[in-house]
Parts: sequence; structure tokens; C-alpha cells
Amino acid sequence: MKFLEYQVKERFKAAGIPVPDGRLARTPDEAVLAAGALGPIAIKAQVPAGGRGKAGGIKLAKTPMEAKRAASEILGMTIKGFKVREVWCETAQEITREFYLGLTLDRDARKPVLILSAQGGMEIEEVAESHPAAIARLHADPWRGPLPFEVRDLIFRAGLGPLQGQLAPFINRLYALARSFDALTIEINPLALTRDGGLVATDGKLEIDENAIFRHKDLHGADDSDDDPLEAEAKRRKLTYVRLDGSIGVIGNGAGLVMNTLDLVQREGGRAANFLDIGGGAKAEVVHSALELINSDPNVKGILINIFGGITRGDEVARGVIDASRDLGLTVPLVVRLTGTREDEGRRLLQEAGITPKSTATEAAHTVVELAREASR
Amino acid sequence: MSILLARASRVLVQGLTGREGSFHTEQMKAYGTDVVAGVSPGKGGSTHLGVPVYDTVAEAVRVSRAEVTGIFVPAPFAADAIMEAAAAGIALIVCITEGIPLYDMVRARAFVLDAGVRLIGPNCPGLVTAGEAKVGIIPNHINRQGTVGIVSRSGTLTYEVIQGLSQAGCGQTTSVGIGGDPILGLSFSEVLRLFKDDAATRAVVMIGEIGGSDEEHAAEEVIGPGFGKPVIGFISGRTAPPGKRMGHAGAIISGNTGTAASKLQALKRAGAEVCDTIEEVVAATVAAVGQPSSAAPR
Repeated sequence: MKFLEYQVKERFKAAGIPVPDGRLARTPDEAVLAAGALGPIAIKAQVPAGGRGKAGGIKLAKTPMEAKRAASEILGMTIKGFKVREVWCETAQEITREFYLGLTLDRDARKPVLILSAQGGMEIEEVAESHPAAIARLHADPWRGPLPFEVRDLIFRAGLGPLQGQLAPFINRLYALARSFDALTIEINPLALTRDGGLVATDGKLEIDENAIFRHKDLHGADDSDDDPLEAEAKRRKLTYVRLDGSIGVIGNGAGLVMNTLDLVQREGGRAANFLDIGGGAKAEVVHSALELINSDPNVKGILINIFGGITRGDEVARGVIDASRDLGLTVPLVVRLTGTREDEGRRLLQEAGITPKSTATEAAHTVVELAREASR
Repeated sequence: MSILLARASRVLVQGLTGREGSFHTEQMKAYGTDVVAGVSPGKGGSTHLGVPVYDTVAEAVRVSRAEVTGIFVPAPFAADAIMEAAAAGIALIVCITEGIPLYDMVRARAFVLDAGVRLIGPNCPGLVTAGEAKVGIIPNHINRQGTVGIVSRSGTLTYEVIQGLSQAGCGQTTSVGIGGDPILGLSFSEVLRLFKDDAATRAVVMIGEIGGSDEEHAAEEVIGPGFGKPVIGFISGRTAPPGKRMGHAGAIISGNTGTAASKLQALKRAGAEVCDTIEEVVAATVAAVGQPSSAAPR
């Protein structure tokens, strides 16, 4: 689950991490009120994506009139596929330096890692490439968290020793926040040093581990699915679905197998319209539901079902496919590859219903790409 | 010979009485696995599927002398189950559960490491030593005894390889699914080292996927002239777009990290034979074990 900037800042504030004063505005008039109350403000598009500044989604306004103009320009923009419905209006800061402070989970070290850099304000990946020495890391013991001397060491290695008294509490609060929210990633970027010598989080990112959502039922993050109705519908149907940009609808069981099916479709000259994993042990109804979803995608010109029956039974899959193709009145070509548990029975059922199953994934991918091409001629 | 699991291994099942635990325990027993005990807190003293049930892992280990455990416990409780097993002196923990919170896993992983215990998974299909024993959910009928070791991050794709090899007359020593999560127990490197030292294994198939850099580390640290056995490599997700999680929690390209191209290149550089399709993997493996290298003892 991702959060919008203002939602992250609310969490920062509650955790004792200073943020600029701000107000949310959904209309240009609300931005005018914010400017009236706060003075010169920065007006920032609230979308769950980076690169807002470059896209024109952040503007400064010295007066309420400027705020009105800026907000009306930003509201309604589309940034990286997300429509801007809200802007965050916050007190403009007089910034002298910008730092980076973040935490993520290091897969190789299998530990949380705190990252501090004196080069803030740009993407940390860019800093890692251009100034690798400017990044200091601290792998925290997941049981006891960072100890005071480790935090001091991190600050000195980042070249920010003179600010250690101010920075250390920031780092401890960020770590505590990450732990309590099961954060996959949490970032303060930039962490700004202001003209009066204070530190303030002028932008923030937070992404929470989906696996831990059961511990955070009260949290509401950014709704990042409303711009893709199919992904939203898949979520409602509890299907693991990712929208892609091709024309072959793909359904399979197991993440690795589905990924491989996408690769095979491309190898045969096609492109997949989606990733859809029905998981292990799927019943006929799940197959039916998956086919219904894929069939509702107007980009789909052919459908490929690739099943390896381990726990999943071939006859169950066949029944789902047959029922769905009857109920949905499929108009696009459908190719099924079925092997593994109860494959003979599944294949017999399909054959009786007029669907000839393929025995290898490669053959199935080849056929669906051909048929889709012919059908769209 | 084989790695990690053998006919004589004494196996415990945590979450024995649950739906998944019951179904797969029956399958494991049908395969010949010596399932000596189960743990379901609150159901101690009963018997399920002919297996004695205990309330705690410590008690189960004391009475049954189990050395290996298979965990089928729901995600919110699975990390605790892993640590309970490590504390009780289990030597190999196989965690099948999908969806464990990552902070729970980093803690459990550190705990397991301190205890000097091996962990496979989570979010994995487990492992099977062909013709001997199985812990996990790999289908029974596809395995065939032989000389090929398999290590993989995927479930069903691994089954494809096992079945393909078996049908081509090419059997396996041990097939290990290390799991699709970002925070895992055994890595590719660790399993490959075990295969390197296993006299019965003459070639290794390695099935990787996008995300992280475990494949690259294995290529740089383990595979190479010193490995002494052919390695046949495959990476799925070559056409996956960056920034999208492809089913597995760990299958995501972030920035420049985790691309299929980087993994394929690292494997090639290390001297592995890299294949494009599962059919090619099967053909290359059959060819590799058909010509036994003089370095590999029979």
C-alpha cells in the first residue's frame, strides 16, 4: 500500500518528525484560503508517483491570486497515469541544504537498511550512480534496532557530523515509524536544512508491506487502482492480476509459470495483455472468474490458458474453461495448454467441448499468437 | 546420496491438522516420507492421519526426535512457528506459507541464523529427494530418481522442469524450491554449494526469475570453473515491465536491480548454459548428463 505525500506527512508529524504547515485543497478556491492562512506556499499535486516536479505538478505561489492560478493548472492534470484530484498547499521553506534519509529492506543482507546522504533532493538511485561515496548505509539488527553509536557512525560517514545532535533523533524516529507501520520503504527526501538552522521533512514517501495489512486495518492509503478499472476488478475477485500493454490475455497457475508464459508469447511475436495467476488448487469457479475478467478487456484479441496441474486438477480447470466459454460467448480465439494432475480427464472434457488442448506451452503460445493475428485481419 | 533430505529423515509437520497441512501430509506419507509427529497447539495428545500430535515443537522433538519440519501455518503465525522450530533443535525448517510480513521474516531469519539452523522458504514448494522423501507440496508422480539437482525460486515452473526431465528419462537427486519472497532462508549460492559437494548430483538446473540479485551472487560466488558440474540456467520474467510485482512478492524489477538481462549475463559469464524455454532446459540437461564429466564420480 502506497501513501500520498500529505498522508505521509501526517504520519511524520504524529511521530515527532517536523514537517511544514500545510492544508489540503480540492479546488482552486481552497488553495486561495490556504495561501491566505499560510502566506507564500508550495502547491503540490498529490499522486502516488515520483517525478511530480518535472511534470509541472509542483508550483510556488506568493499570493492568494497566484495560488488560485497554480492550483487550477495542477488540479486535473494527469501525472504518470494518475489524475490529480488534490493539491497539498504548504508553507514555502527557505532551504539552505537538502539531505536524504530513508529506510528499506535489503534483500541480500536480509535486514532493514537505513540510508543517509548529504546529497538530497534527487532520486537516491541517481545519487548511487553519480556519487556512490555520498551514500552511507546502516544495516540495523532487526531485533534491537540501530544503537546510538551506530547512528552516530552513520551520520559521520555521511559527512554530516556537525548536525549529529539534530539528525540522530530524526533517524531513530524514522526507524520506529518504519517498524510500527511495516514499511517496505520510507523516505524523507529532501530532508531540508532551513535558513534558521532547523531540519524539516519537505517531502516523504511511504509504502507498507501488503502482507502486513492485517495489522493496519485502520490505515487508508492512496487509492492507486481507480485509474485502472481492470486491476480494481481483479482485486475484488481476489485474482493476482497485472495489466500489461499487449493483446494476448494470459491465465496460468504459479507466478514463475505465468511469467514464463508472457516470455513465450513475446518469443512467438505477440505481446501479453496481462499477468494473471489463479494460484494453486484453483477450482472451476476461479477459472471462470479469471476468463470473465480477461474477456472484459477490449485490448484482448486472443486468450492463452497455461496450466500445470500439481495441486490444481486438470478436470476442474477444464470444467471452468468450458462453462466460461459457454456463458461468456467468447468471440476471441482461446488456446488451452493443460498438463499434470488429471490431465487425461481434463483434455477429454475439453475435446468433447470442441477445444483442442495443446501439450506444450511453446506450442500453445505459437498458436494463440497466430490465431489472434488472423482474427484481427 | 542427495542433499538436505533422505529416506531416513524424521519429519515433523507444523499445522498438521489444518486443511493444507492434512492434504499435504497425506501426500508426503504416500511418497514414503517418515512423518513422525505433528504440532497443532491445543490438540496435543490426539492422533491425526495416524501421526501423533503435540502442543509444542519442543515436546514433539523430545518424543519423536524429528530433525526436519514442514510448516503449513497461516501467515500471521508462521514466523513464530519458524523460530519455535529453530529453538527446539530442528536442523532443517521448510516453510511453505505464503504472505508472511517481511519484518516478521527478517527477525525470524536472524533468529534461525543465530541458532545455526537451515531454513528453506518461505513461500516455497519445499523439496523432494526423488524416490526417498518429500517435505512440501511438489506433486509426487512427476519425480524420478537420477543424477540431476534442481534449485528454483518458482513452484509450478519447477514442476514443469521435473516432469520434462522425468519424461525424457532423466531423473533427479533432490529438487529444492527456495521460494518467491524477497526475504528467504537458503539462497541459490548455499543450495548450489550443497549440490557441488554431492557425489550423486552430476548436473544442476537453476530456475531464477526477475527481482533481487541472488542469481548474480550465485553466478559470481559459486558457479564457474571450480564448480566441476554443468549448470543449466533459466530466468523467467524476461519481458516483465519494471516496477510491477509479478505474482511473487520478490519478483519485481526496482530501478536497475533485478532485471532478467543482468541475471542471464551473469550466468553466461560464469559458464552456465542459459536456455530460453523449458524444452531447451530439458534437452540441455539430458545432453549434459548423457556425457558424464570425468570430474564427477559415479
